[in-house]
Amino acid sequence: MGYVAVKGGTLAIEESLKRIKFERTKQGKVLDVTRIEGGMRGLIDQIMSESSLYDETLAALAIKQAEGSPEEAVFLLRAYRSTLPRKHYSRAVHTREMRVERRISASFKDIPGGQILGASVDYSHRLLDFDLMHETDEDAARWLEAFAGELGSFPEAGRPPELMKVMDYLIEQGLMISPADDNTEPDDVTRRSITFPASRSQKLQVLTRGQTGTVTSLAYAVIRGYGVSHPTVGELRVGRVPVCIDDPLGSGEDAEDSYYIGEIKVTEAEMLMSAAVAKEQGGKELSFEIGYGLCYGQNETKAIAMGILDHSLEQGDSRFPTQDQEFVLYHIDSVESTGFMSHLKLPHYVTFQSKMNDVRKTKTTVTTPKADETEEVKELCK
Amino acid sequence: MQINYNFAFFDESSKREIRRATLKAIAVPGYQVPFASREMPIARGWGTGGLQLTLSLVGLDDIVKVIDQGSDESVNAVSIKKLVQNTTDIRTTDETAKATLIQSRHRVPEIPLRAGQILVLQVPMPEPLRMYEPREAETKKLHAEKEYSGAWLMLFEQIMNYGSMTTGADHPVMVHDRYVMAPSPIPKFDNAKLNSSEALILLGAGREKKIYAVPPYTKVVSLDFEDYPFETESFEDRSCRLCGSTGVFMDELYDDASGTAYFQCNDTSYCLERMNEQSWREGAESR
Ligand SMILES: [Zn+2]
Repeated sequence: MGYVAVKGGTLAIEESLKRIKFERTKQGKVLDVTRIEGGMRGLIDQIMSESSLYDETLAALAIKQAEGSPEEAVFLLRAYRSTLPRKHYSRAVHTREMRVERRISASFKDIPGGQILGASVDYSHRLLDFDLMHETDEDAARWLEAFAGELGSFPEAGRPPELMKVMDYLIEQGLMISPADDNTEPDDVTRRSITFPASRSQKLQVLTRGQTGTVTSLAYAVIRGYGVSHPTVGELRVGRVPVCIDDPLGSGEDAEDSYYIGEIKVTEAEMLMSAAVAKEQGGKELSFEIGYGLCYGQNETKAIAMGILDHSLEQGDSRFPTQDQEFVLYHIDSVESTGFMSHLKLPHYVTFQSKMNDVRKTKTTVTTPKADETEEVKELCK
Repeated sequence: MQINYNFAFFDESSKREIRRATLKAIAVPGYQVPFASREMPIARGWGTGGLQLTLSLVGLDDIVKVIDQGSDESVNAVSIKKLVQNTTDIRTTDETAKATLIQSRHRVPEIPLRAGQILVLQVPMPEPLRMYEPREAETKKLHAEKEYSGAWLMLFEQIMNYGSMTTGADHPVMVHDRYVMAPSPIPKFDNAKLNSSEALILLGAGREKKIYAVPPYTKVVSLDFEDYPFETESFEDRSCRLCGSTGVFMDELYDDASGTAYFQCNDTSYCLERMNEQSWREGAESR
């Protein structure tokens, strides 16, 4: 009989997978995916945005499987996304056509169309609501009925698209130069890896897929002292925009021939920053510039932060890490950063052995230990 | 809802795209070809680059071997092997000679690879110049201009500071007199195996989205100086406690009970084969 390999690894993995299932189920209660979809809108929106996959039901499933860990849920959806063939690209989405559920401006008190608070926690008091401990489906149904009675009808999902943009007003007033439409065919960072200097479409894509916390922190660094003045929320919109694809057999020229395939909920932030513009005869004047943020779902902090980072990256002063394209865009992806962190848990004994060899060589006074001189080994292994 | 994944996980157009990048890499030895790296069911940093190469290349007749740190049975090797098997149903093996495609992290097997085999190495940091130049846009230029003085300077500074080159694993190599390349963190001991290899060697970096290659019979030289020649890790006077091998890369292990260090082949399948050979020989002799 010959020697055989020790099959420790296979068994250890199997048992570890059982453990993880045990942890998820040990209290004898499992989550219903429809309940996650109904009650965890915030987490679902965050995960759809970071995964860049718009599907509430799959996001809910990922949350269940990941036991609520956002990084793990995003990981699951991204891996699933890799298996989906890219059949169509949508036509450009126009946020002017948004059915607005919420819309605010910090720049003007009276914006045409008015401020629409919509659903927001901004003015809620963060006091734990202990009544929710025992809330039932029946309680919810009763409340909904009363709410509909109050309104005279069930609230509609957003207003018809007729709201003027704050941006338009500024342009009308001559306070902002109307940016020219950039109709360059956008790059797709999931189909061709990002190149540097990055195109605007590459930048915006990486930012919108970024990990919420990272995008927020880096934008915070911008407004706290790494490169820019205090931005203002020109306009923040939450609502639904229609998505259309061209007739696969048509020429793709005529919007009339396109198919409406549904709508997606997005948050759009148009951030205003004042900037100096050169005048004739060497003078300068102030004008407004824009930073743009757009995310899947209701992700207001992230959309605002994205707008700040977009503007910051356009400045490109490499003294500030927050204006350095590679620094920002290479490091904000959840799957990449968490993956590389977790890889540190993998065994590295080959590389470590190699390093140990180098270290020993530099200690010219210390010879390689004989089999019994192991103090140094112990020291290095600590 | 039941999802049935395609053969080898990816959709066919994704596989084609990865193979196209691979062909380009083979055509330009040592050059890092960017590719649209996909997110995989295993974590970034755990071999997604290697896995994408493997999955884009395997066919029904392939026999796959996966090793991590020299071991077929390391948990990550097992996990990758399981994923390949679950999505392809092809055969796997521990025996280096039997495999048509070998995915490895941090090692080149001890048994010399032969023509027709493909070695896929997992790469965490594909850019050999990253140590002194953090910007991708800059390193791309340096490679284009074959401007490698920084790489030499880095080694020179190590010699000045420590008296020897202290690159650890991943000692940079010059490929075909053109590109400086990170051989992935294989120990210096394995660098020589890349030179004029009979097998095709592919290197995949998933997170960094790069594929590069050392095609068969390519000249690969470890960077060094005339007066400070390249030296591999030394296991002088050491032999494997299990099979008695010398001249192989070894793990240094620590025996708690006796308080002594001992050595063992890092390539577990090589060690096992040696032990079996010996036991058969002994068996034949005693008969
Ligand atoms: Zn051995």
